[in-house]
Amino acid sequence: MKNSLIRPILNWLDERFGTGSVEEFLRHKTVPIHRHTIWYYFGGMTLFLFIVQVLTGILLLLYYRPTPEDAYESVQYIVTQVRFGWLIRSVHSWSANLMVFTAFVHMFSVYFLKAYRKPRELTWISGMFLLFVVMGFGFSGYLLPWNTLAFFATKVGTEMAGAVPFAGKWMLTFLRGGEEVTGATLTRFFGFHVAVLPGLATVLLAMHLLLVQQLGMSVPPSVERAAAEGKPAPVMPFFPNFLLRDIIGWYAALGVLGALAAIFPWELGAKADPFAAAPAGIRPEWYFLFMFQTLKFLPAKILFLEGELAGILGFSLAGAVWIAVPFLDYRAGFGRVTRFFTGLGIFALGFIVVMSALALR
Amino acid sequence: MEDSGRPQPESVQTGRRWVNLLLGSGVAASIATFLYPALRYIIPPAVGESTNRSVVAAKINDLKNNTGKVFKFGSKPALLVRTTAGEFKAYSAVCTHLNCTVQYREDLHQIWCACHNGFYDLEGRNVSGPPPRPLENFEVHVQGEDIVVTRGA
Repeated sequence: MKNSLIRPILNWLDERFGTGSVEEFLRHKTVPIHRHTIWYYFGGMTLFLFIVQVLTGILLLLYYRPTPEDAYESVQYIVTQVRFGWLIRSVHSWSANLMVFTAFVHMFSVYFLKAYRKPRELTWISGMFLLFVVMGFGFSGYLLPWNTLAFFATKVGTEMAGAVPFAGKWMLTFLRGGEEVTGATLTRFFGFHVAVLPGLATVLLAMHLLLVQQLGMSVPPSVERAAAEGKPAPVMPFFPNFLLRDIIGWYAALGVLGALAAIFPWELGAKADPFAAAPAGIRPEWYFLFMFQTLKFLPAKILFLEGELAGILGFSLAGAVWIAVPFLDYRAGFGRVTRFFTGLGIFALGFIVVMSALALR
Repeated sequence: MEDSGRPQPESVQTGRRWVNLLLGSGVAASIATFLYPALRYIIPPAVGESTNRSVVAAKINDLKNNTGKVFKFGSKPALLVRTTAGEFKAYSAVCTHLNCTVQYREDLHQIWCACHNGFYDLEGRNVSGPPPRPLENFEVHVQGEDIVVTRGA
């Protein structure tokens, strides 16, 4: 930061707000180099794709209209009439999917490298809540074009919320804006998608990033042990070395996004008709497929529970265990790797991959 | 609220606790009154169930043997089936599993839900897949050209 143009500005700010400490922090921030360093890039990549979502989302808002009469037609208008509308809409859909994918990669890499261990429990938890917000974005955004696939996916998804004991009925009515999936649901989902979730995401993201800065980069237990034995991992400065590498990745991601959007433009499908049968081959977005497939396999009754309820309770329990992993695997905080939790991670990953693959058959 | 400096006599401390308790419950009560309307607001007012107990689902000539048709019955979809024998049957088209809309499968002579691969027979009974309950059956009457579907009392 010796640039003669920027220096006076930084000095001006420092005199008034003491921003020199931030600069100082940035100068000393380092990233460890070891054979797992590659995984450090996926969090930043997810953040980049989120920014792409915000920007393309704002552009879509210029033309989109959230009513059952207009929604499908307005998306049709965007992709057929508005100049580069097809590109903006396709990039938004593709980037959403890639973002979910990189978020999952980020989560599993953190899991397997035990980066959730003390003192990073809250970083893990804030990350999990961010993932739920991301899935909420996906679920609410899926409905907005008001096409047949989205209509039935929303019916099923909200009906599952309705099967939850006690609060189910309330949640279903809250999500749908009534008893059925109607225009009221579309209006609500639009509100969630462009106001509620962005607000939540901003707060959670700020927390998540602050915690990462506060605690520094986690290193895997093996690297930590080597350091304790006098063989510390080499480091590179975050600024500019790591950031420049990050930016190369983002630049490549933009290229990939543009190519995907141009070669495989996102389909719009047929307009939703609430009084038509669900078409064959109906399925949710790929990241909900493992749950979808599990529901297909569950019988109507499991012991005394209805199959769907058993499924929902099972997934809720699994989610709760997954969130609580830093506390359950507290031994990792002392540098001890418990095979059980590694096995649990492999099982979860295997379950998701196999169930998704079965759903795609 | 710790007071720095000299210790307060017992009576003052007790009085202060009372004031804190009263202020605290007052603030809590006011917050509840702010939240209550907002919580009520997010659940929409209930829409009265359609009092319409019967509807003309189709004309006789609309349906060939071994076909089905989804029609609007009140605020929900319903299914009219003409069997291979030419008999008319009607059911709620709302899958009892997760609320998808079912359809008639001409190749299998069964009612099918595409969402999770659930099957019902022509009596509306859930025969395979995840559906936990049978479909609600409706009465069908033919009045001239019209096929009238009626919800049982």
